[in-house]
Amino acid sequence: MTRHDVIVVGAGLAGLRAAIAVNQKNVKVAVLTKVHPIRSHSVSAQGGINAALGNNPRGGFDSAEKHAFDTVKGSDYLADQQSVMKFTSTAPEIIYEMEHWGCPFSRTPEGKIAQRPFGGAGFPRTCYAADKTGHVLLHTLYEQAVKYEQASERQNFQVFEEWMVTRLVVEDGVCHGVIAMNFNTGAVEAFLADAVIFATGGSGRIYAPSTNAIINSGLGMAIPYWAGVPLKDMEFIQFHPTTLLGSGILMTEGCRGEGGFLTNANGERFLSNYSDSAKAMEVAPRDIVARNMQREILEGRGVKNESINLDLRHLGAEKIMERLPGIRDIAMNFVGVDPIVTPIPVRPGQHYTMGGIDTNVDGASEIKGFFACGEAACVSVHGANRLGGNSLLETLVFGKFSGEAAADYVLSEGKPAVNPKAVESALEDEKQKFKTMEGGSGKENAFTLNQELGEMMVENAGIFRDEERLKSGWKTIKQLQRRFKETRVTYTGKRFNQDLMWHLEIEGNLDLAEAVVAGAFARKESRGSHFRLDHDTRDDEKFLQHTIARYDPQEGKPKLAYRPVELGLWEPKERKY
Amino acid sequence: MSQVFKFSIFRFDPDEGKKPRFDNFDVPFKAGMTILDALFHIQGHIDTSLAFRFSCRAGVCGSCAMHIDGKYKLACETQASIALNKRVTIRPIAHLPIIRDLVVDMKPFWDQYKRIIPYLMPGDVAPEGRERYQTTSERQKLDHVIDCILCASCHSSCPMTASDPEYIGPAALLKANRFVVDSRDQSTAQRLQMVGDEHGVWRCHTVFNCSLACPKDLDPAGSIANLKREATKNFLKKPSTR
Repeated sequence: MTRHDVIVVGAGLAGLRAAIAVNQKNVKVAVLTKVHPIRSHSVSAQGGINAALGNNPRGGFDSAEKHAFDTVKGSDYLADQQSVMKFTSTAPEIIYEMEHWGCPFSRTPEGKIAQRPFGGAGFPRTCYAADKTGHVLLHTLYEQAVKYEQASERQNFQVFEEWMVTRLVVEDGVCHGVIAMNFNTGAVEAFLADAVIFATGGSGRIYAPSTNAIINSGLGMAIPYWAGVPLKDMEFIQFHPTTLLGSGILMTEGCRGEGGFLTNANGERFLSNYSDSAKAMEVAPRDIVARNMQREILEGRGVKNESINLDLRHLGAEKIMERLPGIRDIAMNFVGVDPIVTPIPVRPGQHYTMGGIDTNVDGASEIKGFFACGEAACVSVHGANRLGGNSLLETLVFGKFSGEAAADYVLSEGKPAVNPKAVESALEDEKQKFKTMEGGSGKENAFTLNQELGEMMVENAGIFRDEERLKSGWKTIKQLQRRFKETRVTYTGKRFNQDLMWHLEIEGNLDLAEAVVAGAFARKESRGSHFRLDHDTRDDEKFLQHTIARYDPQEGKPKLAYRPVELGLWEPKERKY
Repeated sequence: MSQVFKFSIFRFDPDEGKKPRFDNFDVPFKAGMTILDALFHIQGHIDTSLAFRFSCRAGVCGSCAMHIDGKYKLACETQASIALNKRVTIRPIAHLPIIRDLVVDMKPFWDQYKRIIPYLMPGDVAPEGRERYQTTSERQKLDHVIDCILCASCHSSCPMTASDPEYIGPAALLKANRFVVDSRDQSTAQRLQMVGDEHGVWRCHTVFNCSLACPKDLDPAGSIANLKREATKNFLKKPSTR
């Protein structure tokens, strides 16, 4: 067992920013990450990061308030409005900080950070670096992390690469640390810590296909959920309008922000035929565009009945090469299409988890000493539908806030003591669990179960939902959970035991998917990304509330409760774009 | 008979005390399947003990560089169709210790990355409430050099990293050049001194393997040439201004 001040789990943008914030307060920090920080999913973000800087000629009248309003309206009024104000008003300083740290943003002719239009935004406020914004942000932040690691003027900043956290230790409402496995050696060890910050990212891989990296399983959220931390608004899953046919790789919203068209099999820009997207067309918010695309496909106007064309040809070779070079590479490598001459076949696909670990604006949960930030957390600033460009911003803003809050907590007097016995007994339990997994009957194959789960989620908890589909989906999950008990970890070597890793991830996927389906089943209304064919309007009377899901270990299923949304700035109105 | 993708894959577990071996695997044909997809099929349905790194599956995270059919490639970006008419050999990337199968210990690679001061050193106080300005032509110099995904394909293809473990290597040198050409960085002299010794740019024999191997079509050799040029110019300056 080792002793730590603050442990950060995950080393994407949120985790690294949190760790830096902790260390800036001269508090020791250890980052545990199952992949090298540079391999985190933040690196895949393409389009950009929002802040009302007003650098675009058409953005002169932009402000933090307008950014906040667009975010709240985009969320279908489920976002907490004061939190959103804090979020958008911190945005400019967070962007400037990244620029000062060396982030190579694209530039305006005046030498300022360039900004492009994005869906649901009243002004062009999405700062970008071509279509590789996540890549440049993560590389810049990792450079800073190396700087903090090498610095001698502060307490230790340590990164444990390829350590996978498998259990959170909570006792009497207090967090005592984590249990983690070292992939290189197979060692399973206990980490005692005054505070733990989860920055484990989204859980997109409970769906198949998903735009998310393969590593984005449900485990990151399932670990605190199993330990008694509630999850919030899990039914709100974002389906991105433009994912590549086949592999499901993301085609950035920047394609449309730069002027790309969506056309059906007849070559028609069909978004004009739907009242909720008739005005904004391609730059309406993601939930609306994704639904209208799916309607076109379902009604037989899709290309080969399976996709929609993302047409960039009219932008011209020069603009495509300058602004969207990564998109062109992906389209050529994965579907053999050069967007300069041929439209890209796309369809809506799972992209983002609006819900997550229930936290306040400082990243604190109801468990003392346990914090969360980034996509793994739900503050909520995205409500029922996230705007493009707000997720990168969320990682940095709430990474910073939760790191500062965790450091303050560690430095505060009179905080509850952490108990080494609690983590030691959790370590024994965890080792026992791994043993049990090696002794299963092996009648079922976990990989097959996982594929079945993912396909079922797209079908039954996808863009269009109804009671019947959700009920049968829930039944399937229960069956899959039972069948999972008949799987077996067959590889028992020490180094890089990915067989064990997969079984743990898949176990997390199954329970997390149940929280999504349970929330969707109970929410008998349509709001943002959650669309019920059998309740196709928003019901503010009953459901202007956050869903809170707690794991019930006796029943092995979620228990739901509701919490009112924090309003105060804008009254809910009908959303039209 | 239905078509299959045929692979011969490097296997090694140092704990077993046995020599490395190659295992043959046949994977059922699926249109559009990548090498990474095929490896997942093997791991999930044929041999759960196979180990390899992965993450984004879209060519941006740099996890899955491997030696595939005689070349360094990203498994996720490479179509499995190359393994239809012949058995394709897959090995781990080279010049790094093997942890197991296709997974190598990247520590020596990251150690070199950390050695070259891999962060911006602007040498002035950041302006309050705004960015440091950079013209579009200054920014253009960063195109490509910032695209490196640190997959180590260049490192593994370079004969000098094989013979000199102290050599900074093409990836870290490209990174050093990324800061040298950044108009906002004011520590060029210090960087050039750091990369200017016999384990730095002068260890490069201009073999160009790095630029040929790069899956992102970057030019580490060109970056190293620029550093050599700048280091020479810096050396020829008067000592007082160096």
